[in-house]
Amino acid sequence: MDTKHISDQVDLKFFKEHQEKLYQALEDKHTTVEMMDQDDPLNTKMVLNMGPQHPATHGVLRLILQLNGELIEKVKVDVGYLHRGVEKIAENKTYQEFMPYTDRMDYLSPYANNVALCTAVEKIANVEVPERAHYIRMIGCELSRISSHLIWLGTMIMDAGAVSYFIWAFREREKVLDIFDQLTGHRFTVSHARIGGVANDITDTAMAMIKDFADKFPRELKDWHKTLDRNRIFFDRNRGVGVLETEDALESGATGPTLRGSGYAYDVRTFEPYARYDEVEFEVPTRLEGDNLARYYVRMEEMHESIRIIRQCLDKLPKGPVRADNAKQAYPSKDEVYYSMEGMIHDFMMTDTGICPPDGAEAYHAVEAAKGELGYYIQSDGSGHPWRLKINSPSFKNIQILEQILDGEMVADTVVIIGGVDPVMGECDK
Amino acid sequence: MEPVTTTSYIVLGIALFMLLNSAAIAVYAERRVSAFIQNRLGPNRVGPWGLFQPLADVVKLLLKEDVTPERGFKTVHTIAPVIPVVTALLTIAVIPFGDGLYVTDINAGVLYLLAVNSLGVYGVTLGGWASNSKYSLLGGLRAAAQMISYELPLGMAVASCILFVGSLSMIDVVNSQEYWWNIIRNPIGAVIFIVAAFAEANRTPFDLVEAEQELVGGFHTEYSSMKFGMFFLAEYMHVVIGSMLITTFFFGGYHLPFAGYWLPEMGSTAKAILDISVFTLKTVFWVFTFIWVRWTIPRFKYNQVMKLGWKRMLPISILNFIGLAIIIYAWNHYLG
Repeated sequence: MDTKHISDQVDLKFFKEHQEKLYQALEDKHTTVEMMDQDDPLNTKMVLNMGPQHPATHGVLRLILQLNGELIEKVKVDVGYLHRGVEKIAENKTYQEFMPYTDRMDYLSPYANNVALCTAVEKIANVEVPERAHYIRMIGCELSRISSHLIWLGTMIMDAGAVSYFIWAFREREKVLDIFDQLTGHRFTVSHARIGGVANDITDTAMAMIKDFADKFPRELKDWHKTLDRNRIFFDRNRGVGVLETEDALESGATGPTLRGSGYAYDVRTFEPYARYDEVEFEVPTRLEGDNLARYYVRMEEMHESIRIIRQCLDKLPKGPVRADNAKQAYPSKDEVYYSMEGMIHDFMMTDTGICPPDGAEAYHAVEAAKGELGYYIQSDGSGHPWRLKINSPSFKNIQILEQILDGEMVADTVVIIGGVDPVMGECDK
Repeated sequence: MEPVTTTSYIVLGIALFMLLNSAAIAVYAERRVSAFIQNRLGPNRVGPWGLFQPLADVVKLLLKEDVTPERGFKTVHTIAPVIPVVTALLTIAVIPFGDGLYVTDINAGVLYLLAVNSLGVYGVTLGGWASNSKYSLLGGLRAAAQMISYELPLGMAVASCILFVGSLSMIDVVNSQEYWWNIIRNPIGAVIFIVAAFAEANRTPFDLVEAEQELVGGFHTEYSSMKFGMFFLAEYMHVVIGSMLITTFFFGGYHLPFAGYWLPEMGSTAKAILDISVFTLKTVFWVFTFIWVRWTIPRFKYNQVMKLGWKRMLPISILNFIGLAIIIYAWNHYLG
């Protein structure tokens, strides 16, 4: 058998060209070209294909690893198995119609995605958002950050081998989902933000549930810190694993907790505050080590800070409307729609044409989602549909660092590192 | 070696039957205990409290399609699952369940036990190799490496127990603990033995052989139907046997604590019932510990397992052995 190249050793059945290119890229990585001995199969390196169907690659991420025993020599990452053409779909929808699609991008923190789109549209179309809506959005965003980090906590520790943790994290996440049910009417894909505000006001039940959660959750966090911080096995599995230097992190565009774990305190909430983040106090947790343990501490601290922000928002929550009172910019309230002719017409026009930003306007607006900087870039041609809409998704950027930090680690580390970087493929592949 | 009597056959029959059943019970226990650890209920639909769930599991395994990898080594692939089951069953021969209740008394029983117990890894390694899958191969190799690394501290821990006995017969090992359990006389050895027993049974934190997260299923990735069932059965039998060995070597076998000092003479039937109950209770406790540990702590990494085995446990077990040997020699010659 001719075993000069990796692609000669595997039987390519599907997407031949793509696969060959991928294996070629793996071979060329670090340009360590070595002739393979044709007679001795033991001299050929093992190339392990992980994913897209693999229990621990968080969806449909595919990794191709060249192994030396248990050691990973080099890695290629293959993304795109969940590509749904979301950016193209946006061009055929009104801005408001497109909003539910954003729920399906980072489906672990849908609220932040809604807010990201709506704030971008508000920026391009100069919509004023009422104070109360800002605060409700902040509460929603922080809750979604907690729910996303809970999944990260559960899955990362499950990837390290402790399966029970997944269930314990999910129990808490369930409470967040229940709050979303009360707050927005949906548990998972919330679609709560509207251009110019939010869909509905906080109900008393939702308020009580959020308060209750904010009181009880820190105790839960403390318990987790107790079980993990001094857990020798967990510690050894994560310390010094997948180290990402600050320069590399900045160079490859890592964002969110991954970047902050590498010692660069970049958080859109403080760097360029949106909503009313400039009016609440919170810290941006940062660690210098850049390893998986640093990313763990950063995310755990972030959950603390989220609770802090939620508490402040509840205290400061101003009275007033929850959506802009301008029929050209936002949906009228249902009271108006049902009981007045104008309201009915406005509702119809908003659905049919939608909000029309000025011709030639373009805007980029980013929010700090659970995974990092989530930005929407919109170009308008003056109609109700975006001319172009591009999404700067944090998971896609964070996945790029995998190729650097996986090299030289062990097979068992791959899953833990992927868990620590916490990508969501729905968002990465768009 | 003693002649084989009718009692031997009866004990053998009952022990084998109970061991096969214990695997099913252990599976049920694992599912229930893990459920309670995770705030769930676990299987509770099939029969009262879900007690018939293992039966349903077995029926499911039997009815599933038996898939053999097209390019695998089919013969080895078929034989491999049998090996761990057979070796697990073989170990039952020398374990004493009560006073006079044992299948046979081999004068090298301890050696036999160690030999047979470590043969099981052949099934795992061969199965991993014959599957012609990289995940299976990695799992099989890990199994082989782990077995070699932990066989040594395990052997040293057992040897340090033998020092107190002066005989390799399992019966003598148990009888020597009538007054003092080995856990008290040899605590370091006990800890090493328990850790090594976990590693031998391939349970968390040493379950990198199957490592569901990174290796999909490890050595049994390509196994289905009853072939997988055999591996599954063997895993739980190894858990039960590991528990029995911990009990026998360090927790006095069928003896109650310090039984020699206070336990009155009893009729043979009463004594047999008491012995078997005590032995079973201790075993059940250790099986529970196996399950408990599995669902609470994460898994080691391959290099960490090797480091723990070679750099920590092996030197400690050797030092423990030498230290105990010196103490016992001094005790017998100068003080005793």
